[in-house]
Amino acid sequence: MNIDWLHFTPWASITGGVLLGVASAMFILLNGRILGISGILGGLLPPKMADSLWRVAFLAGMFCAPMVFNALAPVGFASPPRVDADLLTVVAAGLLVGIGTRYAGGCTSGHGVCGLSRLSPRSLVATMSFMGAGFLVVYLVRHAI
Amino acid sequence: MLKNSVIHRVSEFLVGLLFGLGLILSGMTDPGKVIGFLDLFGLWDPSLALVMGGAIAVGFFAFTLAKKRTTNFLGGLLRLPTQNQIDKPLVIGSLLFGAGWGLAGFCPGPAWVSMASGQPKALVFVVAMLVGMVGFELMDRFIHAPRKAKLHTV
Repeated sequence: MNIDWLHFTPWASITGGVLLGVASAMFILLNGRILGISGILGGLLPPKMADSLWRVAFLAGMFCAPMVFNALAPVGFASPPRVDADLLTVVAAGLLVGIGTRYAGGCTSGHGVCGLSRLSPRSLVATMSFMGAGFLVVYLVRHAI
Repeated sequence: MLKNSVIHRVSEFLVGLLFGLGLILSGMTDPGKVIGFLDLFGLWDPSLALVMGGAIAVGFFAFTLAKKRTTNFLGGLLRLPTQNQIDKPLVIGSLLFGAGWGLAGFCPGPAWVSMASGQPKALVFVVAMLVGMVGFELMDRFIHAPRKAKLHTV
């Protein structure tokens, strides 16, 4: 196995991961909810009056993150994102992620972070399934086709 | 005194902000980094494993505490998932999600934050994802639900 030392960011990634954990901890302990993005988004389709405001508040907070990050972080701290997929692939990927996460009842945050944190066998199966599919698809796209 | 619902909305906003900051700092808003992790047979970027490790290390203690409670600390219910079946929708849905994740390097959270930072392809991704989610809702309502109802009547 060859490690990509140029792009590997151990400290930023562990610190960022801890922030994700703290946010998930706060959400369950303060607001009593699982922090899962696909569920929070999907619950707005269609919006139900009494059940929408908390979702909108959370998503608005996330939406402000880039602005706050740019104000706090030193200039040029984060490397520019690399989006290699062409537009058609991005559309196909979005459709698959939308249908798949709702069908599975969770994504990387709900199953991956919260589910594994609470030692849920269901979330472990989900996480192994989506990671396995991810490994396979990247292998096929980068090395087989 | 502030109304309890206002306190909840402020908390949800701040938690969303913190989660978004975590995604940016960890590098997960860069699809190249996600695909670098999924590319086991190329130049492998292990960063995502450390993100998950860091998050779960904190989350484990929070959920251990949460399991002992039925109310949250701001007042109100503490809702933990009750479903524990490992069924076909869970596995098939996760496989579809993973395939899409590997194709573009976006999952829902990072895509939402990247869209907010003005990344055009992230906007396209989010729109397609929402269309997919609506598609699921429609399928669930008109195909799965009637079939289930039929099964129950037999």
